[in-house]
Amino acid sequence: MSSYNSALYPVEMEINSEVQTIRIRAADILLYTLRDKFGLTGSKSGCDNGDCGSCTILVNRQPMKSCLMLTIEADGKQITTIEGLMNSQVQNIFAQHQAFQCGYCTPGFIMNCEGLRNVHPIADEETIRVWLESNICRCTSYEEIHHAVKDIFTPK
Amino acid sequence: MIPFDFEYYKPSSVHMAVELFQLLQNQGKKPVYYAGGTEIITWARTNSIQPGAVINLNSIPECSVMGIQKDKLVIGACVTLSALSEANPFPLLSQTAQGVADQTARNKITLGGNICGKIYYREAVLPLLLANSRMIIAGIHGIREVSIHQVFLQQLRLENGEFLVQTFTDQYYLSLPFVHYKKRQIGNVGYPLVTVAALKQDNQIHTAYSGVCSFPFRSIEIDQVLNSSSIPLAARIEQAISKLPGSIIHNTEGSAPYRKFVLKQTMADTIHILERR
Ligand SMILES: Cc1cc2nc3c(=O)[nH]c(=O)nc-3n(C[C@H](O)[C@H](O)[C@H](O)COP(=O)(O)OP(=O)(O)OC[C@H]3O[C@@H](n4cnc5c(N)ncnc54)[C@H](O)[C@@H]3O)c2cc1C
Ligand code: FES
Ligand code: FES
Repeated sequence: MSSYNSALYPVEMEINSEVQTIRIRAADILLYTLRDKFGLTGSKSGCDNGDCGSCTILVNRQPMKSCLMLTIEADGKQITTIEGLMNSQVQNIFAQHQAFQCGYCTPGFIMNCEGLRNVHPIADEETIRVWLESNICRCTSYEEIHHAVKDIFTPK
Repeated sequence: MIPFDFEYYKPSSVHMAVELFQLLQNQGKKPVYYAGGTEIITWARTNSIQPGAVINLNSIPECSVMGIQKDKLVIGACVTLSALSEANPFPLLSQTAQGVADQTARNKITLGGNICGKIYYREAVLPLLLANSRMIIAGIHGIREVSIHQVFLQQLRLENGEFLVQTFTDQYYLSLPFVHYKKRQIGNVGYPLVTVAALKQDNQIHTAYSGVCSFPFRSIEIDQVLNSSSIPLAARIEQAISKLPGSIIHNTEGSAPYRKFVLKQTMADTIHILERR
């Protein structure tokens, strides 16, 4: 197996509002750095291939699939994981609507909704539909998820 | 996990990037240019590629521009597909880009990465083929500007060590009547069975295709036949199909006969809509 440089690269990033520094391999994938090095296991691995959305996090307030990002790309960036949204409005509304069954996909859906609120605070139905297509729920809780998301974007 | 190590570089100028490529190549490190990285990560994870070094292009200012300069739309190769659709400077390109992957993935996938990718589809190239865009390519001998038709022949034909910096598109093409259809096996996300992008210019319909053959293409012969309005539409489509530049893809998304059926319907829809505009 070819391996050209096993040097460790320094990375500084803000994770859930705390500045963190770490030395990583350039080939390390952000999802696994968050889970294995920082113990932030809320971001899930579903496919490792960009298809399911269960690994979604926010990078500079925008949703990203952390399985498709090298940790080194996060240098200097603001990262938010599901742990950073504890007791947030989006999390509470998902809970109120019981918008999950097994819950495996839920962190990804919540992160995506939070990102949608950051980018489009008054998202219309079509925008919501397009954004939610990035996440898959194996338990097919789509009906409840849809109700929760509608609630999030209904002016109170 | 990616089961091997590579070196990582993030040059801040075009010149530095091409020099680095040369240097790393001379050291036998098989460097690759890195944009969104979605394809590189996916393939490296399964050990299908083993680059010894990646050169991230995202800090090169020319690769991130998007705007009109002297009657031309300039788009940097590292502009993401979601940024492109959001800014919407070229509606056909926005719509085509919106058909690729899903919204979150499009926050990472870049225009250059999609065009230079190794997968069959490379859908974002279709509007650029129709708009006769020009490609700005950097290499060790400097920067060259070439017609897309000279360098995109089934795939972007770059010389060793070259990378795509920008695309230029005449403003004239940005507001022409267009249609875009992406037909999938199921749902709104996924690779195409057939994608057709079309522009109408001077009463002629120009079409480009992805998902049909193992490469995206635009064919003058197909367009000539489709525009022969003295021939009934069904006959035009039969003739157009006989002029496809390769065999029809047969894979898990759809069999070749099914793709052919979908292609015929989509060609008919395209002509119906654009003939009336
Ligand atoms: C979940 C998912 C769904 C997808 N669905 C679709 C789809 O429906 N339709 C479709 O067309 N594609 C689809 N793709 C494929 C995706 O668009 C391509 O893989 C594309 O290459 C990724 O762009 P990137 O910026 O991440 O490229 P990277 O992974 O950075 O690079 C891809 C390749 O292009 C080269 N490269 C990148 N930028 C340049 C440049 N400026 N100059 C020269 N070479 C360069 C790299 O060296 C590499 O070989 C999908 C991908 C994912 C992850
Ligand atoms: S684990 Fe990242 S998209 Fe599935
Ligand atoms: S609740 Fe189980 S995968 Fe969505």
